[in-house]
Amino acid sequence: MTLIGVIGAGVMGVGVAQNLAQTGHDVVLVDKDERILADALATIARNTRMSRLMGGPALDPDEVLARISTAVGAAGAAKADLVIENVTENWDVKREVYETLDRECGPDTVFVVNTSAIPITKVGAVTKRPDKVIGVHFMNPVPAKPAVELIPGFHTSPETVQRTRDLLTAMGKKAVDVKDSCGFISNRVLMLTVNEAAYLVHEGVADAESVDEVFRSCFGHPMGPLETADLIGVDTILYSVEVLYEHYADSKYRPCPLLKQMTDAGLHGRKSGRGFYTYAQ
Amino acid sequence: MTDTKSQILGFVRDRYPQAEITESQDIFALGFVNSLFAMELVMFVEKTFGVTIPNEELRIDNFRTANSMSELVSRLLAEPAVA
Repeated sequence: MTLIGVIGAGVMGVGVAQNLAQTGHDVVLVDKDERILADALATIARNTRMSRLMGGPALDPDEVLARISTAVGAAGAAKADLVIENVTENWDVKREVYETLDRECGPDTVFVVNTSAIPITKVGAVTKRPDKVIGVHFMNPVPAKPAVELIPGFHTSPETVQRTRDLLTAMGKKAVDVKDSCGFISNRVLMLTVNEAAYLVHEGVADAESVDEVFRSCFGHPMGPLETADLIGVDTILYSVEVLYEHYADSKYRPCPLLKQMTDAGLHGRKSGRGFYTYAQ
Repeated sequence: MTDTKSQILGFVRDRYPQAEITESQDIFALGFVNSLFAMELVMFVEKTFGVTIPNEELRIDNFRTANSMSELVSRLLAEPAVA
């Protein structure tokens, strides 16, 4: 029986765990404290219940939850055959998690880095198994999105790529191949767009509604960039822009001060009830 | 208009003040309401009216208009709770 470890029970980890469980996989969901894990299970119960309403399959929350166990601390994934890591886009946090995973997990365990920006080769270098480290950029909300970016690092083996492809197929995901480069395809373009949209609001050129309206009504996007920022998390957007800025040392990625202020003020988007918009809790 | 219906309509109008939404208007046909708002509607209805919407009623058709939502609430309040 295959056991998949899911590290990090934030927005992405919760979506990955749900997607895995609803496609018949056994999951151990790991975070740093019990309260976060309890909230995560409650969110999964709510999201599976709402699945059909959101255009997904009709799901039985009890059946999905029965496939998910929880553990505190990265060592909780020691028995996993494959680990999908979804901790915050902060290099120091990720490095510590990979050091623990590399020590605790079996030598054949594959580490999947779910990141929107951090280079996979850099993560592989922290471990003694760079051939078994691979990137998958899942999109949010994970169970509803049909595709992911698949990013092998410099040393990733063809076997690791195949194992990961097989799992993604079983999860109902199409993999789009991308070479290892900070931000991949999606975030090189999306983060600059969101950042520039935030500058428009910051400079008073337009309000958030108007910015999003142009993207929806003129370009036919289902959501505008600032609604998207609220969905992803304003704090996560800021981290991602900062990662691009540091990696490329290019001023075109300089983060908008408004993103910094919103992050400091706790206006993190949907998950905190307020970001560029206000949400019912 | 019933109290239930006006509370629901108030919630929707607060969220989308730019649209003049009526009680029979399909809010999901307006173009700018996405399925995430459906989830907020479920939470609002359950919290405000003290009902638990059974899984088989969690269909988009029950949430398209203020009319359909208030009919759902009346139906749930009229029925005895089933285990």
